Amino acid sequence: MVVHSLAQSRRIQTAGTVTLTVRAKEVVADGVVSLVLARPDDGRLPDWTPGSHIDLVLPDGTSRQYSLCGDRWDAHTYRIAVLREPAGRGGSAYVHDRLAPGDLVGVGGPRNHFTLAPAERYVFIAGGIGITPLLPMVRQAAQTDIDWRLLYGGRTRATMAFLDELSAAYGDRVDIVPQDERGLLDLDAWLNRHFPGTKVYCCGPAPLLAAVARSCGDWPAHDLRTERFTAADSAPVRQTPFEVELRRSRVTVTVSADTSVLQAVRQAGADVLSSCEQGTCGTCLTPVLDGTPDHRDSVLGDHERAAGDCMLPCVSRSCGDRLVLDL
Amino acid sequence: MTGTTHVPATSVVGDADPFAPEHLLHPGPLHRALRAAGPVVHLRRYDVHALARHREVRAALVDWQNFRSGAGVGLANFRHETPWRPPSLLLEADPPHHDAPRSVLRDVLAPPALRRLREKWQSTAEELVDAVLAEQEEEFDAFATLAAAFPLKVFPDAVGLGPDGRENLLPYGNMAFNAFGPRNDLVTADAPRVAELSAWVDARCRREALDENGFGARIWAAADRGDLTHDQAPRVVRSLLTAGVDTTVHGLAAALYAFATHPEEWQRLRERPELARVAFDEAVRWQSPVQTFFRTATADIDVAGTVVPEGSKILMFLGSANRDPDRWDDADRFDLGRDPSGHVGFGMGIHQCVGQHVARLEAESLLTALARRVERIELCGEPRRHLNNTLRSWAFLPVRVRPAR
Repeated sequence: MVVHSLAQSRRIQTAGTVTLTVRAKEVVADGVVSLVLARPDDGRLPDWTPGSHIDLVLPDGTSRQYSLCGDRWDAHTYRIAVLREPAGRGGSAYVHDRLAPGDLVGVGGPRNHFTLAPAERYVFIAGGIGITPLLPMVRQAAQTDIDWRLLYGGRTRATMAFLDELSAAYGDRVDIVPQDERGLLDLDAWLNRHFPGTKVYCCGPAPLLAAVARSCGDWPAHDLRTERFTAADSAPVRQTPFEVELRRSRVTVTVSADTSVLQAVRQAGADVLSSCEQGTCGTCLTPVLDGTPDHRDSVLGDHERAAGDCMLPCVSRSCGDRLVLDL
Repeated sequence: MTGTTHVPATSVVGDADPFAPEHLLHPGPLHRALRAAGPVVHLRRYDVHALARHREVRAALVDWQNFRSGAGVGLANFRHETPWRPPSLLLEADPPHHDAPRSVLRDVLAPPALRRLREKWQSTAEELVDAVLAEQEEEFDAFATLAAAFPLKVFPDAVGLGPDGRENLLPYGNMAFNAFGPRNDLVTADAPRVAELSAWVDARCRREALDENGFGARIWAAADRGDLTHDQAPRVVRSLLTAGVDTTVHGLAAALYAFATHPEEWQRLRERPELARVAFDEAVRWQSPVQTFFRTATADIDVAGTVVPEGSKILMFLGSANRDPDRWDDADRFDLGRDPSGHVGFGMGIHQCVGQHVARLEAESLLTALARRVERIELCGEPRRHLNNTLRSWAFLPVRVRPAR
């Protein structure tokens, strides 16, 4: 068995992500900063749809997921908003205290587990920083002349991001409910009647989601779509090299942190067809015989990820020291 | 924005009609002339801007913000002309309307969803090849017996189509792909059957016409889950029936033609049947079954120094981009040693062929079965093209085979 080792470069960047520059950083509410990210060469970024999130990989290797809240008609920048979370593992603190315009970050994805399905009417309900995935949905609903309302709650007006942007663009379609002024969201008033063709999209902390589910009561299950905003950091991208065994080719190759699995197996002589190389088209799907893939694509569903028996080597990597591929 | 143009006013290529029979039959010389004339060429006959180089074609394909599909991906501009049928919710749609149909169909046709078909399609391919080798003399029409027969057997089954009327699928697709071009003789020839074929296809898209285990039923199930509307479901099924048959048939024919004219590449495939997937994509690059698509400019767009006016049509030559010597070494050569990744035969970006994995699985099944059973395959007569405004199609592909012993 031959063991190839690919030269490691000095780039901090981890393959499976793209390196983006922080173009702007702005405080958009108490404890919330927005970041505008772009390629260093200003090239096109991977496409996304409302509800998508990206993995933000910080220079210390920590990775967290943030919803994209910018404008998809601008193919050259992403916008995210980051809430400072004292209980978090330091990712948000790093963004707030240390990350500065001009810094480089890694970005994986985008992926979407919270897609906006067609409806005749939308009710959007946001709690706090849960406004972020809903912003592009609101914009899209407005653009398509579909009836919609946004109910947006937060602790105080000062902690609620994007209020000016929302009020200026949409006026009284948006109901802003700071808890210290108006108390808790009156969900029953909004959701007591189910109008056929209406879908509810809700993002916020778990108690809000539970309250919305209660208020929706006997609505058809698929008319309520929620995404929980969680403070949990996602597993970091592995920073150290791992081995990939190409079982049929009887070759093992070492994949360094700055090389994709696809590049590595090709250099080892495997013929793997690819197309987008962004984890979106699915062309390079490869069977996994052993090891645990670290899925970074936007093709596989949750159960396929969990099964772990195939991966997209253009962006996905390994959780452990070794992967065995059917190549 | 700079207003200079790279195209001399007198350029001969600017007067060409890419949909004229001589260019449809032999597109290579026109493609070379278009690529040589510049990154963008104004075609006076249709008042469209043509892109024929890989760099510009790829850039236009991925840039849905500036190059929209919702005004039609043929010559007809839906802003001024009524489409011949209700527009496709995928091919002829832009975000945000494009999102939900695309997302649903992508999941229905994603590689993991196809795994349950793999074994069945492999055995069907083996049975078909065995039958062809047993029944035919050693010379036969590979277009009808293999390239058309195999997809027409497995794909409608996978969609969940009933057995009756499947002979309508190829004529319907032929008509739909002609309709992207100008209203020339090819379109006129289809006209008498438009109403009949459209009615047949529309009826097949209804829930009750579809088997409960197929792709079609899964599209309807997505509507039941609220991921599509029930109005959208039949039109998404229609996309499968329009875009999933002729394209694959002529893609497979391209691969068979390639091997029948490149015996050394056939030997390579026989030695390494796992090259079948690469071989199919290389054949798609080399022949480009889908030759062209149009976009419409959403604003005045600067393409390499030429202003393409808002609302005007852009003609993208996928087949030319796939032979662009600036992108491909020895571009005109069919070569299994090449990595064809990055060809634009399936398009690129948000409209990239959503059924490409289905096509690859069909091709892999058929080519692998053939490679095991056929030692040599070569032309034994003059192959005949079938002219279509969009598809590089076949009518007849006479081959002589020597079965493996």
